[in-house]
Amino acid sequence: MVNSHDQAIKVTPLDALHRELGAKMLPFAGYAMPMQYQGIIAEHQHTRGEAGLFDVSHMGQAIVRGADAARALETLVPSDLTELAVGKTRYTVFTNDAGGILDDLMVTNRGDHLFVVVNAACKDQDFAHMRERLGEAVKLEVIEDRALLALQGPKAAAVLGRLAPPCRHMMFMTAETLTIADVSCFVTRSGYTGEDGYEISVAADKADHLARLLLAENEVAAIGLGARDSLRLEAGLCLYGSDIDATTTPIEATLAWTVSRRRRAEGGFPGAGVILRQIAEGVRRKRVGLIPDGKVPARSHAQVSDAAGIVIGEVTSGGFGPTVGAPVAMGYVAIEYAQVGTPVQFLVRGKAHPGRVAKLPLVEHRYFKK
Amino acid sequence: MITQRYTKEHEWVRVDGDTATVGISDYAQEQLGDIVYVDLPEAGAELEKGAEAAVVESVKAASEVYAPIGGEVTEANAALADDPAKVNGDAEGEGWFFKLTASDPSELDGLMDSAAYEDYLANLA
Repeated sequence: MVNSHDQAIKVTPLDALHRELGAKMLPFAGYAMPMQYQGIIAEHQHTRGEAGLFDVSHMGQAIVRGADAARALETLVPSDLTELAVGKTRYTVFTNDAGGILDDLMVTNRGDHLFVVVNAACKDQDFAHMRERLGEAVKLEVIEDRALLALQGPKAAAVLGRLAPPCRHMMFMTAETLTIADVSCFVTRSGYTGEDGYEISVAADKADHLARLLLAENEVAAIGLGARDSLRLEAGLCLYGSDIDATTTPIEATLAWTVSRRRRAEGGFPGAGVILRQIAEGVRRKRVGLIPDGKVPARSHAQVSDAAGIVIGEVTSGGFGPTVGAPVAMGYVAIEYAQVGTPVQFLVRGKAHPGRVAKLPLVEHRYFKK
Repeated sequence: MITQRYTKEHEWVRVDGDTATVGISDYAQEQLGDIVYVDLPEAGAELEKGAEAAVVESVKAASEVYAPIGGEVTEANAALADDPAKVNGDAEGEGWFFKLTASDPSELDGLMDSAAYEDYLANLA
């Protein structure tokens, strides 16, 4: 209803399917995306209990090719990519010169190239940044003709295993090219829900066929962006633009694990001075889990104060956690208050509501690991 | 005589004698999705027509609910504290928000009856 007059809005290869399924469509990062089908809580619970199929085709997919592709990309991120084995996937962040985060991304070593997936809202600037900074020897090929589906949940492996048996043996954060019912797909065992599952890159003209095949399996339901957000929030995973941005460093965001040992010793990434100093000396604020005691959700930008009412931070993501069965949030607090269990208050519509700092993730991850 | 009217902001008000009951329309609950909390006014609160009267929290967002007519709040729907999903299940029945004593029944005049509200919704799409 918002976009009927907007010719610039883009659609994914699954647009017709979403409308056929009765999805509530909303514009997101320039795309008409399904916000929900049956309802956010039902879809969230379905993903935690069975398997959910998400259309994430709005995200940016690209190939970085060249003899020194990994070394070149390392100049933009604090993670180890030159030692990333073939068939392995790694989460990392593009940093700026102040140590802030320009975007978070997944990088997979596919042997003769790196495959990267970046956020929809950042993809144009990410690709421009890469073109500008990667140098002549490395080629960036933006993938425009592939969709991206995510199959997430405890039944994801059983479902995909019926159509592509080798997927069962893949470990978390590994990648393979799989034939799923005659369709060649590039699959990683990863996701954004805290559950076991896969992300499947597939040719745009085969995406609708593949999605329908997966939805025909008993355990699978279509899941919208609404539940994707509540699932990732409970899983403690950052949303770029809310929980991390150009003003938050990986250390403040408790993403220090993305800065590998070798990179800590060598530096050589944007903002290394700030980030390495923060690793050595500590930070003044930190991203933490936050749980209100009552039923009132504390949402993004709600002020967080200590028991005496002194402002100590801000909620960056918050809402209702269907698995927790109560409001859940995350945000930044001054480091003195970052310890799990610290009592805090949330300012919602002018009233203080008590709560506490909680351990992240708020719902345990159930990834497939050895 | 019972009169039910709707606002353009998707509240309904049902007037029976001196008592007006207020809630959000079935269309509104459908648009909001799963409702997880409703912040209701307390008995005794004086509301003017159009004043912010309640806040309804869905999984995604918080939305204000305005008083369709002015008056003194006599009762908030206590059942919504334990089961806010009643608003999704029966928005124009058990999912009512609060009751008030209407201060000026003529304030109903500018509101839509159900046929006019249906037309209004049809033109929103």
